[in-house]
Amino acid sequence: MKNNRRTFIKLAGIAAAGLAVAPKAMASGSAAPVKTNPEAVHAEHWAMVIDTTKLHTEEEIAELAGICHSIHNVPNIEGKKEVKWLWADEYGHTFPEQENPHLSEEVHHRSFPLLCNHCENPPCVRVCPTKATYKRPDGIVAMDYHRCIGCRYCMAGCPYGSRSFNWGEPRLHMDLAKLNPEFPTRMRGVVEKCNFCVERLAVGKMPACVEASHGAIVFGDLSDPDSDVRKVLREKFTIRRKPTAGTEPSVYYII
Amino acid sequence: MLELALKGSKRYWMWISFLLVLIGIGSLAYVNQLMVGLETTGMGRDVSWGFYISQFTYLVGLAASGVMIVLPNYFHNYKKNKHMVIFGEFMAIAACIMCMLFIAVDVGQPTRMLNVMLHPTPNSILFWDMTVLVGYLVLNLLVGWTCLMADRANLPHPKWLKPFIYTSIIWAFSIHTVTAFLYQGLPGRHYWLTAILAARFLASAFCSGPAILLLVLKITERFTTFQMPKDAVKTLVKIIMYAMCVNMFFFMLEIFTSFYSNMPGHMNPILYLFAGEHGHNELVPYMWTFIVLAFLSIAFLVTPQLRENHKLLPWTLVILVIATWLDKGLGLVIGGFTPTPFETITTYWPTGKELLVSMMVYAIGALVVTVLFKIATDVKEEMGHSQALPCGCSSEDVCECAPEGE
Ligand code: SF4
Ligand code: SF4
Ligand code: SF4
Repeated sequence: MKNNRRTFIKLAGIAAAGLAVAPKAMASGSAAPVKTNPEAVHAEHWAMVIDTTKLHTEEEIAELAGICHSIHNVPNIEGKKEVKWLWADEYGHTFPEQENPHLSEEVHHRSFPLLCNHCENPPCVRVCPTKATYKRPDGIVAMDYHRCIGCRYCMAGCPYGSRSFNWGEPRLHMDLAKLNPEFPTRMRGVVEKCNFCVERLAVGKMPACVEASHGAIVFGDLSDPDSDVRKVLREKFTIRRKPTAGTEPSVYYII
Repeated sequence: MLELALKGSKRYWMWISFLLVLIGIGSLAYVNQLMVGLETTGMGRDVSWGFYISQFTYLVGLAASGVMIVLPNYFHNYKKNKHMVIFGEFMAIAACIMCMLFIAVDVGQPTRMLNVMLHPTPNSILFWDMTVLVGYLVLNLLVGWTCLMADRANLPHPKWLKPFIYTSIIWAFSIHTVTAFLYQGLPGRHYWLTAILAARFLASAFCSGPAILLLVLKITERFTTFQMPKDAVKTLVKIIMYAMCVNMFFFMLEIFTSFYSNMPGHMNPILYLFAGEHGHNELVPYMWTFIVLAFLSIAFLVTPQLRENHKLLPWTLVILVIATWLDKGLGLVIGGFTPTPFETITTYWPTGKELLVSMMVYAIGALVVTVLFKIATDVKEEMGHSQALPCGCSSEDVCECAPEGE
């Protein structure tokens, strides 16, 4: 008994001393414990412009989706419980507010690539009760899968249907032999979506769909007037999805 | 006082065991859901909230409705229903518990539920909803229990309780308003994006909630010596009548705004619900049933002879409860998700497992109601409050048929 108490007091003392010393010890190292990759690319506001005159067939988009889904270990599920980060849909579904019955045949027959818009005023961030969905300083709307409680409020909040929920065990719908070991798989019961390839930006690479698009998708800093993104936006007519929702999407479409 | 729940007739124990069996069966379905995930439900990418959340929404109304007895009593000094107040409060306790359980069974990672409290996020209405629900539960437990204890000891209700009672009255409005805000502020969900949603929620709660409470009390009367005072019932039925009229009026405002403005986004969900779109008309019969039953119940309620007919009244109330449930419990959540953000239709229907889990939650609610009402009626019997007289009146009534009741 006595012995126990003595050990406890001793331990408590050590712990208290540790607490007192720890901040100093941490401060003494000049660098923060996490080092950023010197190769990483930075922007004040990442944005994407998709040229749908160049990229508009279902096959082309499916190929990009295939790449995105394989590097991010997105499960392959059929039907209404599907999970998808990048996919294709027709004009009327993509821009329901900007349709007209006499639209050019050609535009009506195009397929449009859809993904999370990384909105400037994202309702998904506004409604999330745990901060599992958050906006990074560089404009990317990211998710912490370990924080998410799976309430799916963000799915009700997103006006673009950009989010998917893992209704069951996602690993059961993946080819485990082809997993990308560099990116985590998710657990069931959490939401996921396109992350603008933050993990690739962090090592100096462009998003995978941008890289594979043969120039049809431009990616860059929206707040830099000299960036590629701004150049295209200056030269071409572009629209964004559902302007009335007031979310200010960062994905622009050249029609 | 809890010991009162442990002494009961054989019938009481049979009912309790029946509920326990239901809870047992439902929890098997829930364990299955815990093991494989929400895969067991009929929800999907497009309709991502379903039966659980709609039950939650409906029951918040039941929780808030107790105030329709409490408020006249404390704000208008309407003392005829003073012996019914406790039942409103106890009903609210059960409803709050069911609401929380419905949220709990709906989340994908229930073990992380506390994240909502550990990382409070004031910009999320879900955080506020949790807060007001917990608060309302605590308030009702405190007020209900303290008053009943005082009653039993034949003491006046303590003075320090007053501020809590007044707070709980205002709080009742807040819980349903906040629940409406959960839906109301979302861009791109046209059926919900309307300023009148909170008002509609309150109107619907204040008719359906007291209706359910009256029905449960009618059943209570059959199995105990408790008897509601006739005048108190009359007043409550009038409240139900007004609330239901206002509820349907608000609904018509909604219809006018959508169709006179001719805005597709606002018309589409209503068209889907009431006429079907793209060949999908799964909900059409239910929604028209809602309209027919709603107006039927109003017809029964506004006609004095029919309203005061005690044989008809329970049926009127049942009709009203079904109508409001179809509107708020079924149409509201599904109509919000359909059409989808892509203007397409994805149908949703709860699966058997989803219904079993819901049955579990309802059975838990029924168990809580039974135990609390048992305690309350036992205390009333001890004290001789609101007891049934041989003529069918209550001891609180000024009864002409039986002189000993005076
Ligand atoms: S598109 Fe949807 S999920 Fe993506 S940031 Fe905007 S609101 Fe959020
Ligand atoms: S499902 Fe997850 S990410 Fe979405 S709102 Fe809930 S906690 Fe946030
Ligand atoms: S930006 Fe990256 S995550 Fe988003 S769709 Fe493209 S490849 Fe997928």
